[in-house]
Amino acid sequence: MNTFLGNDAHAHLLPDYSLDGAFDEMFTPDGVIRPHYEALLNVLSQMPREELQRRKQSADYSFLMQGITFTVYGRQEGTERIFPYDLVPRLVTGAEWDRIERGLTQRITALNLFLHDVYHEGKILSQGVIPREIVYSCHHFRRQMRGLQVPRNVYVAVAGTDLLRMSNGEYVVLEDNLRVPSGVSYMLTNRRIMKRTLPILFRNYGVRPIEHYTQALLSTLRSIAPEGRPEPTIVLLTPGVYNSAYFEHTYLARQMGIELVEGRDLVTHDNIVYMRTTAGLKRVDVIYRRVDDDFIDPLAFRSDSILGAAGLFNAYRAGNVTLGNAFGTGVADDKALYAYVPAIIRYYLNEDPILNNVETYLMTDKSQRQHTIENLDKLVVKAVGESGGYGMLIGPQSSQADREEFRRRIEANPRNYIAQPTLDFSRSPCLLEDGSVEPRHVDLRPYILYGDKVTIVPGGLTRVALRKGSLVVNSSQGGGSKDTWVLG
Amino acid sequence: MLSRVADSLYWTSRYLERAEHTVRLVDINQGMMLDRSETSAERRWRRVLAAIGYPPNVEWNEDVYALVHKLCFDPSQLGSVTACIIAARENARQIREAITTEQWQRLNQLYHEIQRLKPSSPSETQLAEFAPTIINGAHLFQGVTDTTLSHGEGWQFLQVGRFLERASATTNLLDVYHRDVYLRTGEVLDAYEYLEWIGLLRTCTAYEAYCKVYTADLTYERILEFLLLDAEFPHSIRYSVDRMHQSLDAIQQESRGLQATELMRVAGKLKSSLAFAQVAEILAQDPAKYLRGIQEQCHCIHNLIYEVYIQYSVQTALAM
Repeated sequence: MNTFLGNDAHAHLLPDYSLDGAFDEMFTPDGVIRPHYEALLNVLSQMPREELQRRKQSADYSFLMQGITFTVYGRQEGTERIFPYDLVPRLVTGAEWDRIERGLTQRITALNLFLHDVYHEGKILSQGVIPREIVYSCHHFRRQMRGLQVPRNVYVAVAGTDLLRMSNGEYVVLEDNLRVPSGVSYMLTNRRIMKRTLPILFRNYGVRPIEHYTQALLSTLRSIAPEGRPEPTIVLLTPGVYNSAYFEHTYLARQMGIELVEGRDLVTHDNIVYMRTTAGLKRVDVIYRRVDDDFIDPLAFRSDSILGAAGLFNAYRAGNVTLGNAFGTGVADDKALYAYVPAIIRYYLNEDPILNNVETYLMTDKSQRQHTIENLDKLVVKAVGESGGYGMLIGPQSSQADREEFRRRIEANPRNYIAQPTLDFSRSPCLLEDGSVEPRHVDLRPYILYGDKVTIVPGGLTRVALRKGSLVVNSSQGGGSKDTWVLG
Repeated sequence: MLSRVADSLYWTSRYLERAEHTVRLVDINQGMMLDRSETSAERRWRRVLAAIGYPPNVEWNEDVYALVHKLCFDPSQLGSVTACIIAARENARQIREAITTEQWQRLNQLYHEIQRLKPSSPSETQLAEFAPTIINGAHLFQGVTDTTLSHGEGWQFLQVGRFLERASATTNLLDVYHRDVYLRTGEVLDAYEYLEWIGLLRTCTAYEAYCKVYTADLTYERILEFLLLDAEFPHSIRYSVDRMHQSLDAIQQESRGLQATELMRVAGKLKSSLAFAQVAEILAQDPAKYLRGIQEQCHCIHNLIYEVYIQYSVQTALAM
């Protein structure tokens, strides 16, 4: 434990800033400040506490006034809350970022090739690189997609991959979100507010811009339009006003200048999708859908869904409309399949993975299951189909009864669970209520666009576990976010 | 513009207009109870109920406070002021990307204000603060709508909703007064009847405007002429129909290709019949029938708007 960090000028800002095994983004393990954080720390310590707090309040107010909120479930009238926000930016050096970018490009390329393969010949399965049962038992595998040709073979057009930084400083992939990743509007609004809050510091750091994201998203969507539609009509399909990400949907639609549609606005006739406008039916070519597979077409999937449009899937099969992302991409971000992603990269690209995985134990494997059950108090167990921090056991923070419960569940349905070591991922300086700065655990979710080319805007959404010692960064469970500055 | 968005815009302003009309009607009638009158309270409140579309056999139980509470504050009562404000806000919430921030904030603010003013029990009901809040809120919304939203198709749909609701509500009100007051009035108005007619004019915010044209000399013929046929007064039926027609015309220009012929025919016919009508002629025939005719045409226009722009059949649209 080291209690004195930085130099005298920083002491008042960092009264309780301590280091332990986890990687600290600002200090080396010996308590020496990392060079790229020096200017930031100097500016923060020269600013009076009141000034820092004032800027924080003004940023919060700006979020509230713009209605940048998410909906908390569980009450009759959805409660709207601001997404908690931290003022200290997370800094990523140019060299670190370039490696991340190469790693993510490699990964998204391999995963798209994998999806094409499993929905066509299935070579990777027949050659035994991946066990068939892992793919076919996946809840998100869509048999309906077999043999279907999608434009440019793009299955995942938009991904949001969660990265963690381990104690040796290495970035690893925690999960690939390949279905309907959200949060990008927070990345963009964080940046806008940050530029207003710390303008001079921002300029001096020479941060790489991210503002072209919506334009890149639009051109990615345009590039996957059905053939013969040179001026495609693109829409964003939202589940509607009660969805927790509704703000993001309205934001992206406005920024791209495309219509925000609900299922009830769409009509399918002769395998062509139209939207109802006051000037009659207008043909739709590309749907950026923010509705899950299960709900998108009551004829093809869940018949009780009122969020989708009847007949949409047939129009898609006929090649008259493109969906971003395609149906059935969930098979590639299944938490059990995740363990095979390094093998997938080697198989299709004949390269070693640039970004490694977190060590993962598959419960379908007898010896790995045995090991997990004996070490439940040290491991994290996750249900393969869940997200948002739900359905998991964090071993070191669990009770005997929790562990017993999970042991029963694992043995009843081994395919449904995986286990990973409890990760001591990196911590980044955060501003507390009282105006001092302490480290908190962070992850990083960059957004990857895959169409005629791969575009990854530099940075992403850094999510913060705002509670001291907490490892959970999800917004539904006390997480917040901060801006991510990729330098030089 | 998406049909769903047009639909929500139309109803946002219709509901706001309805809230404003209802609260004014209730407030003025409650005020009239203070004056000694030959007209019984029951008859007056039955008139109010009829004017906002309740069936004639609705139960009457003497408790005016409970009734006012129901008409103004009960969110579960269809058509109550509170229910209208909630419905307007819900419609606006679902099209936040289509309206301006200022419009949304006014509506949202109005909603929160009325939550605050809700009385703890029906016996505590009073409108002294509630009625001006609703009326101001509706006026503010109209103001920011005019100054912050582009006067394109969306703005036109807001106008259509507002003026169609106004024309229809005013016609209904005139019809009720015609049956309940005029047909029971002698040649010369006495003081009590005078009070009734002032109530009618004030419900349409028309008292001052009427006096400017005709002086405070109230006759049924002039009142009917003013509320029905005046070309310049914003709450007259003719003015409302003119504005509605103007907006429907603008919408038709913008959304080329759809068959709005029948809609424009019906709206145009109503507009010209009001433009060329004379009050003496209407009185010589059957005013009640005339007013019901306008009601029916308003209803028909509503249905045609849905048929042409919102719920058109897919087959028709594909054939074009």
